Amino acid sequence: MKWTKGLVVAAALGLTALTGCSGGPAGQSGGEPAGASAPAAAEAGAFAVITHAGAGDAFWDVVKNGAEAAAKRYGVTVSYQGDGDPARQSQLIDQAVSQKVDGIVVSMANPDALKEAVGKAVAAGIPVITINSGGDRSREFGAITHVGQSEDVAGRGAGDRLKAEGVGKLLCVIHEAGNVGLDQRCKGAAEGLGGTVERLQVEVGNLADATSKIKARLQSDTSVDGVLTLNPAVAIAARDAIADGGSKAKLATFDLSADVVTAVKDGEILFAVDQQQYLQGWLPITFLILYRDNLNTVGGGLPVNTGPGFVTKDNAGQVARLAESGTR
Amino acid sequence: MTVADERLARTGTARRLLLRPELGAVVGAVAVFTFFAGQSATFRSVEGVANWLDPASTLGIMAVAIALLMIGGEFDLSAGVLTGTTGLITVVLATRYGLAVWTAMLVALVAALLVGYLNGLIVVRTKLPSFIVTLGTFLMLQGANLGVTKALTGTVQVGGLRRAEGYESAHAVLAGTVPVAGTDFRVAILWWLGVTALATWVLMRTRAGNWIFAVGGDDQAARAAGVPAERTKIALFMTTAGAAWLVGSVMALRFTSVQANSGIGQEFVYIIAAVIGGCLLTGGYGSAIGAAIGAVIFGMADKGIVFAGWDADWFKFFLGAMLLLATLANRLVRRYAEEVRR
Repeated sequence: MKWTKGLVVAAALGLTALTGCSGGPAGQSGGEPAGASAPAAAEAGAFAVITHAGAGDAFWDVVKNGAEAAAKRYGVTVSYQGDGDPARQSQLIDQAVSQKVDGIVVSMANPDALKEAVGKAVAAGIPVITINSGGDRSREFGAITHVGQSEDVAGRGAGDRLKAEGVGKLLCVIHEAGNVGLDQRCKGAAEGLGGTVERLQVEVGNLADATSKIKARLQSDTSVDGVLTLNPAVAIAARDAIADGGSKAKLATFDLSADVVTAVKDGEILFAVDQQQYLQGWLPITFLILYRDNLNTVGGGLPVNTGPGFVTKDNAGQVARLAESGTR
Repeated sequence: MTVADERLARTGTARRLLLRPELGAVVGAVAVFTFFAGQSATFRSVEGVANWLDPASTLGIMAVAIALLMIGGEFDLSAGVLTGTTGLITVVLATRYGLAVWTAMLVALVAALLVGYLNGLIVVRTKLPSFIVTLGTFLMLQGANLGVTKALTGTVQVGGLRRAEGYESAHAVLAGTVPVAGTDFRVAILWWLGVTALATWVLMRTRAGNWIFAVGGDDQAARAAGVPAERTKIALFMTTAGAAWLVGSVMALRFTSVQANSGIGQEFVYIIAAVIGGCLLTGGYGSAIGAAIGAVIFGMADKGIVFAGWDADWFKFFLGAMLLLATLANRLVRRYAEEVRR
């Protein structure tokens, strides 16, 4: 009884201390030294970035880094939230609206589910920019522009390149069951390749299992001569699966990590389709500030493409340094 | 006023309140509210309240049903994924097979009740722990949701419910909003209050309520006393499945699309809310109102963290700390209450 009471008190104190700390960075962001000489237009603002990705995803950390770097550069506040469950993602949007932020950046892996929440933000006069996925619905929902990579185009690009490498039967590894964008990439790859594309479902949260699944598939069907992964962590899992299983399959992936870039440099991965997601964090914040201060819109009604760029053995060395610092 | 026999004095209103299972949850809810209201003005505004009651409502509907089941001494791990299953059935039938939304929902309800019935039947006939039985159901449903959806539609999300016949009326009843003080509140909040009231009435005022407490407290003794234990347990599993159908329908109508992986992982949140609300993991004790308040605590902690502007990387840590704190406060009050009784 006694210790329980003590624990409650201690936990309460701990929470108070934590919130005390957390107030720090947000409060500081407005007071950058550059602000002293900057023009008066750079009034502070608050922006919300709400994605469909859970915390700790390497890809989305780069987006977050981009948005936070832009916030620091412009002296505004950016809060980054993510949740893979569309119900909870739309609640986060509702919340940003009730907090009356100056702009909302949202990724739409499931556009239908976000329609109402995005519509509410637009109706409340809050400018919205969509990023990453859902670009084809962006205008219809009233967003001022979309910043991202067309998944079909990128998938086709990857398929083309794999075809040129002589791949005839491709394994396309899907790592998130609910994500339409991943399906589009595999479809695009099938168009580009012109050969057979098989899909394999794995869990991005369980890479050990993903490795053994890919290995099992390659062992049970030796005619598969190419593997396309859609996530850098899964790419590394696939690399290990190919090596462990003694397969000759060629590997390509979407998106970068430091490990992927090293593997490309070492010739273990043929190429990585790079959508330069740092831009998907940085650009929308820039666009929203331009819109707020000068009513500028970018893209002329078309999405602003951040990719596909390709990282191959030729340019991997230069990109490696940047990937390690979390901006590529 | 003097009372001759001190046993009579013990039935005072204050003491009776102290002995209620949900008292700890009430104290926890007040503490969590005070904490976040101090952190953020938006949190305590009407708009903020509408924001955090929204997740609390769908969670609460499930938590109340799960609480009844837990009082009856059983678990259901398949409840989360079943919300996805029912939503998928409704959307697929309405958009791919041209059924009216209400008809599609009726089919989904029958399917859900069947799953609940089978869960219950397997548990009472085989005497296997419900933890294992419903874990099996959970995995089977998870696989079927993905497999069947992809086989029928070729994709992992089915949408377009907005264009189906009867969508407008179904949306208004289950997923619409009600304006209160100039702010739109989700109509699901009313469903949640209704479900909580109904469950409380059943538990406290009907014979079925006594049966639930009896089978959860001591199964053998209950049977010996003539309680239809098997029927009670099967009915509880079907109640949970019915609640999953309600929540699945609310979600499908609100978002007009359902992902093949939706609802997975929520089953633990339901159990957490029920436990915060005073249900014992061992059965035989708890309340429906408590579970509803548990859902409120969860909703407040969940959204309060965002309103307070904390770094999202720490989100789960804060959520865990808040939940632990609420549960400890709950236990503290319950122990105090038990000491008073002695």
